Amino acid sequence: MTAGSATAAATVQDVTMRFREHTALAGVTTTFEKDSITGLLGRNGAGKTTLMQLVAGHRVPTSGTVRVFGESPYEHDTALRNICFIKEGQRYPDHFRVKDALTAAAMLFPHWDADVAASLMRDFDLPANRNIKKLSRGMTSAVGIVIGLAARTPLTVFDEPYLGLDAVARQLFYDRLIADYAEHPRTVILSTHLIEEIAPLLERVLLIDKGRVLLDADAESLRNSALTVSGPRVVVEAFAQQHQLLHTEALGGHARAVVRVPDAAARRSAAESGLTVEPTNLQQLIVAMSLQSPASRAAAATAPTDLEEVPR
Amino acid sequence: MNEDAGPIFRQVADQIENAIVDGSLPEESQAPSSNELAAFHRINPATAAKGLNQLVADGVLYKRRGVGMFVAPGAREQLLKRRRSEFADQYVRPLMTEAQKLGIAPHELTDMIDRWEDPR
Repeated sequence: MTAGSATAAATVQDVTMRFREHTALAGVTTTFEKDSITGLLGRNGAGKTTLMQLVAGHRVPTSGTVRVFGESPYEHDTALRNICFIKEGQRYPDHFRVKDALTAAAMLFPHWDADVAASLMRDFDLPANRNIKKLSRGMTSAVGIVIGLAARTPLTVFDEPYLGLDAVARQLFYDRLIADYAEHPRTVILSTHLIEEIAPLLERVLLIDKGRVLLDADAESLRNSALTVSGPRVVVEAFAQQHQLLHTEALGGHARAVVRVPDAAARRSAAESGLTVEPTNLQQLIVAMSLQSPASRAAAATAPTDLEEVPR
Repeated sequence: MNEDAGPIFRQVADQIENAIVDGSLPEESQAPSSNELAAFHRINPATAAKGLNQLVADGVLYKRRGVGMFVAPGAREQLLKRRRSEFADQYVRPLMTEAQKLGIAPHELTDMIDRWEDPR
């Protein structure tokens, strides 16, 4: 048994996961701090679900170690009672009504809060007596959200919990998550493609791409870390050369570049050299980083890249 | 909160500072808690707490154990002083940059300011 750090809810150490020929995760190392909300981001097929399955104890890694509250979660009954994994397309037994799913969850999770469950059922307008199989996609997702929040497990993992939910219901989910989390802090890992919606809720961002960690950082520090500059191509080029270029487009003599910058001084120098400077939000930063090919990423890490013309 | 406007904790702090400067949050009154700020702005409570702690570190707010955060005496004067000192950098600098781009000479700018009528 490894003790792990006192502030870590879950640690993933050099984890590789292979399925026959396919490598879903390759040497992933990260820590999910206690009482924090982490956004697990990345393109389809990046390895997000596999990572969540490992942390939730649903799989054993091919190599490396996974620890949740200091213990390996796989087939570990007491550890699993502290983990609630709400996955996309969750299957329930055929005859299960909504209330049967809640009853089962209430028995499984020691911190289950029936009042929270009841009030969420009302919020999402869920019919307790209906067979889950007969629910719409969005309502099935809502059942998962009710269970995930009412379980109040020290580690709660949501894998794209919003599928089929309309904008109102998603807002409801974010609001209830924040309110309940504020009163009862716990560790939440949430995978999503709706970065812009979830961004303000996140404390940490873990971006994975092709089974590797691309970015593992504090959300607030990222919010200030990238700029979109545009203007005459030579000026944009000169500015981009001094910093880490993530993405660029050019149209004739005009260019636009997404650049990671170290501080406010760099921002000022861009403005003073006559460039139009726009802040770059988390979603734009994630997209720009994910769009980089591994080759250009390696180049960007070592030396400034040349601007490439983008055909339109 | 605006995702495009830099760190959210800074925006939280700015907003409370604004309320102190315009008098809607008087000295010795209680500031909103981090959970209230989190729910209202739909942000992570830790981020809201970071904004509040920044204000404590700056001496704008002070903690009363078990009760909450309060506006420090003299906070408004302190904020006004700081904002005046930042005024040139934040407002005059972009004004001058744009004026130069348009070929507006400094004396033309001062004329504009002299003739400026408050629309309010």
